Amino acid sequence: MSNEQSAHSSPEQPKRPQVALFVTCLADLFRPSVALDSIALLEQAGCDVDVPRLQTCCGQPGYNSGDYEATIPLARQFIEVFESADYVVIPSGSCAGMIKHHYPKLLQGEWRQRALDLAARTYELTCFLTSVAEMRRGTATPVELGRVTYHDSCAGLRELAIKEQPRKLLKELCHTDLVELEQTEVCCGFGGAFCAKMPELSTKMSTDKVDSAIATGAQIIAGGDLGCLMNIAGRARRMGHDIEVRHIAELLLGDRDGPGIGEGTG
Amino acid sequence: MKLETSAFLDKAKEALMETDKVQIRDFIGLFAPLARNAALGNFDKFDQLRDHVKQVKQHTLDNLDCYLGQFEQEAIENGNRVHFARDGDAMNEIVLSICQEHRAQRVIKGKSMVTEETALNDHLIRAGLEVTETDLGEYIIQQAGETPSHIVGPALHKTMPEIRQLFLDKHDLGPRELEGAPDLVAEARTMLRDHFLNADVGIVGSNALIAENGYSMLVTNEGNGDLCANLPPVLIICTTLDRVVPRAVDATAMLRMLVPSATSQAITCYTSFYSGPRRSNDPDGPMETHIVLLDNKRSDILDSNYREMLQCIRCGACLNHCPVYIGVGGHAYGSVYPGPMGSVLTPLLTSLAESHALPNACTTCGRCAEVCPANIPLPDLLRDLRRDESLQKLSPASWRFGTKFHAWLATHPWLYRTLTGLGIPLLHRLGRKRGAFRSLPMASAWTSHRDFPTPQGRTFFQQYKTADKQLDDR
Repeated sequence: MSNEQSAHSSPEQPKRPQVALFVTCLADLFRPSVALDSIALLEQAGCDVDVPRLQTCCGQPGYNSGDYEATIPLARQFIEVFESADYVVIPSGSCAGMIKHHYPKLLQGEWRQRALDLAARTYELTCFLTSVAEMRRGTATPVELGRVTYHDSCAGLRELAIKEQPRKLLKELCHTDLVELEQTEVCCGFGGAFCAKMPELSTKMSTDKVDSAIATGAQIIAGGDLGCLMNIAGRARRMGHDIEVRHIAELLLGDRDGPGIGEGTG
Repeated sequence: MKLETSAFLDKAKEALMETDKVQIRDFIGLFAPLARNAALGNFDKFDQLRDHVKQVKQHTLDNLDCYLGQFEQEAIENGNRVHFARDGDAMNEIVLSICQEHRAQRVIKGKSMVTEETALNDHLIRAGLEVTETDLGEYIIQQAGETPSHIVGPALHKTMPEIRQLFLDKHDLGPRELEGAPDLVAEARTMLRDHFLNADVGIVGSNALIAENGYSMLVTNEGNGDLCANLPPVLIICTTLDRVVPRAVDATAMLRMLVPSATSQAITCYTSFYSGPRRSNDPDGPMETHIVLLDNKRSDILDSNYREMLQCIRCGACLNHCPVYIGVGGHAYGSVYPGPMGSVLTPLLTSLAESHALPNACTTCGRCAEVCPANIPLPDLLRDLRRDESLQKLSPASWRFGTKFHAWLATHPWLYRTLTGLGIPLLHRLGRKRGAFRSLPMASAWTSHRDFPTPQGRTFFQQYKTADKQLDDR
């Protein structure tokens, strides 16, 4: 958390964007560094960051399983918790897609209007850092990363058109040799409940993804969605590869002291 | 075709074991999107034109009774006989009775998924007729006694050596080499020639029925469709209600999207418009033409929340771009229509109770919708089918309870915080050394094939609370 103080160094700016961070349940439970690093990045980009206490999950598990009724209370809870913020920023393409595209379809009447209103102010992290509060390296030393490949997660790519944003940030903030995966726009096989419902099929896709990542010669697989990254890392470990798998927020901040996803301490 | 959709998971597992087939499918998964992109990547009006095609389709569906009526009237004026078939059995019976009326023995067929849907060949063969498929892919799988694995390329699952062996076994032509595709094509051509010349009835499908002039449009690459339609004295066009479009320009607009999406060509070798039987001064053509319009639950789909599925123009792009289809191939789906479009259509044409595995065969990656030339929101329709599955209690009770419990817990933030705050640090302590679990009691579907990454430590909100306290203390 070495960057925590830097956020308060320019109080003379007219109005700092007020950002509410949706941590996402996966980052909360499995990889808090993603949320902590997102906060640091947003503060570096000149934002005031709040993390609303009553947040939990955006509701994708139930929604994608077809239980719309159980998802509606979660969507309403999300809206109530976050709608007072200027911006909602989410370090996940699929959760941001859920709020931006699926809440308005799921809800009706006044709630739908509130969902649309919130959707317009909701951003995935790399989108926010390239469009609203633009992240510049400035005088800081670039982060050394070596060879990196970026996995495009499906929801981010197709629901939010996230393609250039993370690459732009990696090039801007880091020293890196960015290499592309063959078939980079093909699903890694995670698919939420899909990977548990159809494990063999999911494994085929994950194996293909890991194989093509290894073929690039990259030391690091980066991505913007923890679901995909946990799947890819889990498959890579099982296949015996020790390629480093990390969320883009960690990489942009050079937060690589702790183990990567699925790596041990000893 | 016998419906075997409930066996999807078992068939998928088997399909993943067939290494040579996996290679073919991986090649299709790599090559087809590249080819489509070469054909459509620089077409800057793609979004505009597909919106147009969608609007035309939606308008037609909104006024289907009117356009069907107009098509029927025009087609009759052109000299066709038009039949409506409520279901597959009715279509098969209509076709058989036309054949019997003409004392037909030999039937030749162009490629038609509709007649696969109704299992027309079986019906005609049982009645003693000889039925020959003349599309090369269809011919191959007919010889092999198989069903199509792809709606555009029915024999895409066959390797060249397999086809070679099949021809050597099935064609009584003596010893010969049969080296490579040109030899195989030439042999199929020779075998088919007699069938074309001696057929009593030709059966083809249709890509569009044009209401304003009563024409039927057919898109092919091999020319076999035109031979089926023009050489035998009787032509029967078997198609479905949802093929109708108002005007000829609508059919050609659709064509502009259909062909590059299907085969990555700008246009196919043959685009034919069949108007009706031979007129008095025509040198050739069939003496009698029939158009059989199949409903088979299309009217029900029209009245349901799945109406958008009727916009489908059967290009197969969603199959080529679907990681599930590429992973397991068409036969694993156990129905006529595989891939994303099939996973929506099959439960609607059969029943969700029989076919509810199919809408789950989807990672919601959205690539199908991205390439769909008719702009069908396939992932949304598949999710809606999972909703129906859940409402009809067809999904396992443990899943339904699991999602309900998760949603309930997530709407009680403090309880959620407490429980996750207890469980996550425990998981961390158990797995931190290795960094990932090789097996976890509650997550065996995950850990059977991949490690489960260990939580990093305490949850974010445990850490964040502590950080706040430190701030307060200062």
